[in-house]
Amino acid sequence: MDASQALADLVEISSQIEFAVLADRDGIVLASTFGNDARAGAIAEEARELLQGAAGPAGEPTQVEVAFHEGCVFVVTDGERLVAAVTGRDPTAGLVFYDLKTCLRLSGEEQPANKATAGARRKRKKDDEPEVVDEA
Amino acid sequence: MKRRLAAILVAIGSLAGAAALWRRRSGARDRVDVYFGDGSMVSFAEGSEEAARLFPVARRILAQARS
Repeated sequence: MDASQALADLVEISSQIEFAVLADRDGIVLASTFGNDARAGAIAEEARELLQGAAGPAGEPTQVEVAFHEGCVFVVTDGERLVAAVTGRDPTAGLVFYDLKTCLRLSGEEQPANKATAGARRKRKKDDEPEVVDEA
Repeated sequence: MKRRLAAILVAIGSLAGAAALWRRRSGARDRVDVYFGDGSMVSFAEGSEEAARLFPVARRILAQARS
């Protein structure tokens, strides 16, 4: 699935999420709910910093939730990409994490899908090739 | 008379419950919950060294998202 489609689905499914940014591990924005790319880029960079700052003896975390009186910040990563989201106060954290992980998984399905298409194309091409009949 | 007394007691109980709930919710402290791949989780409350390091980053995300 396309990254922006995965993010659009996320925002549609989860009414608790106000804003979200999907980025790769270098902080390059793949999709965001902001019209402003600079703002999305800055948030992706801060989200990366949050993950790195939260690293402990067990390594870099897979999920971080920062809860404030005025709202919450969630960051989830699968190692390849990260998704950062902002919610209002007292969200259902388990549901938000679930939705963010689903978004990451769906956006990550893009490459295998392309590979499958390429594989199917190769197979089709092979099927189209005339069979070599050994007449000897 | 008994019915009126019961109604008053229920009203007082409801008010006390609501006040306790409000106090509990408003007393919730800021915190950071960190989850690792091995299933472990650690929570840092306001005042801890980790929270002091991570809160400003998260606050910048909140501010930029809502600006």
